[in-house]
Amino acid sequence: MAAQLQHLGYEDEKLQRVMERLPCRDVQASMLLALMGEQCSYPSIFIYGHRATGKSHVIHTLLKELELPYATVSCVECVSVGLLFEQVLLSLFGSDSASLLSRSPSLSDFVRVYKQLCVQASAKQTRYIVLDRAELLRDMEANLLPAFLRLQELVEDNVTVILLSEIVWDKFRPNTGCFEPLLLHFPDYSKGELQQILSEDSHPSYSPELYSAFINILLGVFYSVCRDLRELRHLAALHFSKFVEPLEQGKESDTHKLWRNIEPHLKKAMQTVYLREVSSVQWEQQLQMEEKEAGVVRGLSAHAHVELPYYSKFLLIAAYLASYNPARTDKRFFLKHHGKIKKTNFLKKHEKTSNHLLGPKPFPLDRLLAIFYSVVDSRVAPTASVFCQISSLVTLQLLNQVGHDDQLDAPKYKCAVSLDFILTISRCVYPMLYCPLVTDWNHCQTPASAAL
Amino acid sequence: MACYEDSLVPDLFVLYSQLLLSSSCMLTFFCFLQLLNCVLRELLEVKDVNKNVLPVHLNGLLQTDDRIALKEITRQLNLENVVGDKVFGSFAENLAFLLEALKKGDRSSSRPVLFILDEFDLFAHHKNQTLLYNLLDVSQSAQAPVAVIGLTCRLDVLELLEKRVKSRFSHRQIHLLSSLSFIQYLDNVRSQLSLPQDFPDTKFYDEWNDSIKTLCEDQLVVDVLQSHYNSSKDFRSLQLLLMLALSRVSASKPAIKPTDLLEASRVCMVDSKANILHGLSILELCLIIAMKHLNDIYEGEPFNFQMVHNEFKKFLQRKSHSIHNFDKPVVIKAFEHLQQLELIKSMDSSTAKIQKEYQLMKLLLDHSQIMEALQKYPQCPTDVKQWAMSAFG
Repeated sequence: MAAQLQHLGYEDEKLQRVMERLPCRDVQASMLLALMGEQCSYPSIFIYGHRATGKSHVIHTLLKELELPYATVSCVECVSVGLLFEQVLLSLFGSDSASLLSRSPSLSDFVRVYKQLCVQASAKQTRYIVLDRAELLRDMEANLLPAFLRLQELVEDNVTVILLSEIVWDKFRPNTGCFEPLLLHFPDYSKGELQQILSEDSHPSYSPELYSAFINILLGVFYSVCRDLRELRHLAALHFSKFVEPLEQGKESDTHKLWRNIEPHLKKAMQTVYLREVSSVQWEQQLQMEEKEAGVVRGLSAHAHVELPYYSKFLLIAAYLASYNPARTDKRFFLKHHGKIKKTNFLKKHEKTSNHLLGPKPFPLDRLLAIFYSVVDSRVAPTASVFCQISSLVTLQLLNQVGHDDQLDAPKYKCAVSLDFILTISRCVYPMLYCPLVTDWNHCQTPASAAL
Repeated sequence: MACYEDSLVPDLFVLYSQLLLSSSCMLTFFCFLQLLNCVLRELLEVKDVNKNVLPVHLNGLLQTDDRIALKEITRQLNLENVVGDKVFGSFAENLAFLLEALKKGDRSSSRPVLFILDEFDLFAHHKNQTLLYNLLDVSQSAQAPVAVIGLTCRLDVLELLEKRVKSRFSHRQIHLLSSLSFIQYLDNVRSQLSLPQDFPDTKFYDEWNDSIKTLCEDQLVVDVLQSHYNSSKDFRSLQLLLMLALSRVSASKPAIKPTDLLEASRVCMVDSKANILHGLSILELCLIIAMKHLNDIYEGEPFNFQMVHNEFKKFLQRKSHSIHNFDKPVVIKAFEHLQQLELIKSMDSSTAKIQKEYQLMKLLLDHSQIMEALQKYPQCPTDVKQWAMSAFG
């Protein structure tokens, strides 16, 4: 490994240290070391790869350990270009240099100041400017990206710009062309490599083999969904205590039995912690309480625990029915005595596209109220309080208002919640509800009027 | 580079001789600014011209505005309203001052000014093209000797100019287009890779140059270079290729082997999206296959998440034994990850009122890219592969 990196000019111990900190990234690190020349270097390098593949880590480790002059900027922090320029000058030339820039500097000012500072402090080695999350440069001023790609030429100094991004270079290229950077790909880690890297965080009081076995189990459950190293690390840290719980309590010590203990737990975690519905703190508290009470893990999203007034629930159910059932089926579902509906040619042609795939349709207020009155189980007078609740539902973003605000006499709405939410609500309202939801003309279910 | 210099230098000599007459010319080329700089430097040194001519360098990327450009000109010419680095006065005042300064001179006594505008096409996008108009106007009016040289990559740059600006342009264009034959291309490779004459270690110099000579005669290398030449003749892509090949040279291996060049060529020509597809999780890959099937059935019409999920569920019910039935939120998270990677894109710009499951999307991958990625995907379950290859999902 280190033999490949016999670069004259870098000591072997430094390289050894660098390699220890970059597991499974030898090929990429050696390639970068070969490209980062001292006297002369390619003007711009573009490094792309998935999240958590070690792009920033490798670059920063190399630059820091080998003590090369560099400036690193994350484009997320740079709300304005002035911030970007300031940070670059600060890192490369010291704290006085940024004051030479005017209040809101243009690229022209930056290049001029850089040239001046170069004259005072000429480069003995190549300087590096690392721009992280470079895809945000596309949204800044149009001349910024092409200028950074050829910065070496513009400032007439030995500087290399390294761009790091998740998105491929083809999406960066400006219309009129630009200087093409050297493209480097950081491949994703394979399952074996992930195992190797994650096992390095082993807990001090347990053996590395136990931790490796735990990582193996974790990867088995989560690998098909997530390959992001950061997420997997977070999940490992969160679940390890649960994994070794039987060991601590002295009950089990066989890895196989430990696996059987934790597997359902991990599957449950996939639904909440992985999706960040529950914060890690809440999850840990839940784990401690689990023996005493078996409660459903309440998620963070609003839909999981919103409490609606009684009539609002019916209004929402009515809105869902109005959005997803075509208007001509209302007669069939909501009247006591309905006739037969003939399947016309139109219906036969459009059998494939179901409303559930296309999304909710807008409906007028009258239709909503008509369905509401037939769905609700007691006599409701059309008072202002009922109408108020419709507006509250719009504010809560459970209904969307379609069309202009000015339309006062015939406002139109659309239902903005999913079937699961409606089923959750209706469970409180009708214990045994057969919803008249038209999934397909072929799979019609019994209408609510039968249950009522 | 040498072949360019030969054609360029006589033109510039001609230009200089007409500098006293004031003129403007356009250079269209696909080359580095450094070329022009070194030619100009030669010109300025050889002809004893540097005592007289005042060069002003402007760049379209840096001077994005007429105001900034004007300040830069004033700074470079060291006019009287510059103190140290700051330029005083408003845009109108500066412009008036500059024009006066340029117009006051006459051919005999004042120094000629040479304006070099790099990325000329970007200057044509300034408001009203004021700067261009004024510069070309001054260069045409026979007062102070001013020459304007524009450098650009676009062949249609004259279409960008307004009528009044175009009329003041002398319509002198020099095209520097690469018309190398493959033999010249190979010679160029050899000369780029060879060490210069003044290299200190003569033994290594001889060894290296010999190895380069044998390298360029190797058939494998010639094939690789031919394929590169067929896709683009310009020097930049050649430099990229040679840079990648050179980076494999180390102290233990002090020569370029043909396999190095082959490997470098492979890295250059790789499809970046295929690399990204390699790193997706199995769930995300299944979603992409579902989208591919939707595209096949509905002939490229946009889809939303619900349709993709439906298609995925059909696969799970019918054929799958290896993929777990994931909950809908987990599938939505995978879908959003694909959106962040820009493999799928939303069709409408206003995403305010439509729920995210129903927003219409488009897949930005080609059928062949997906099939190729599937072949290379590590440990792809067989039922997923069969689903992808089946005609109707």
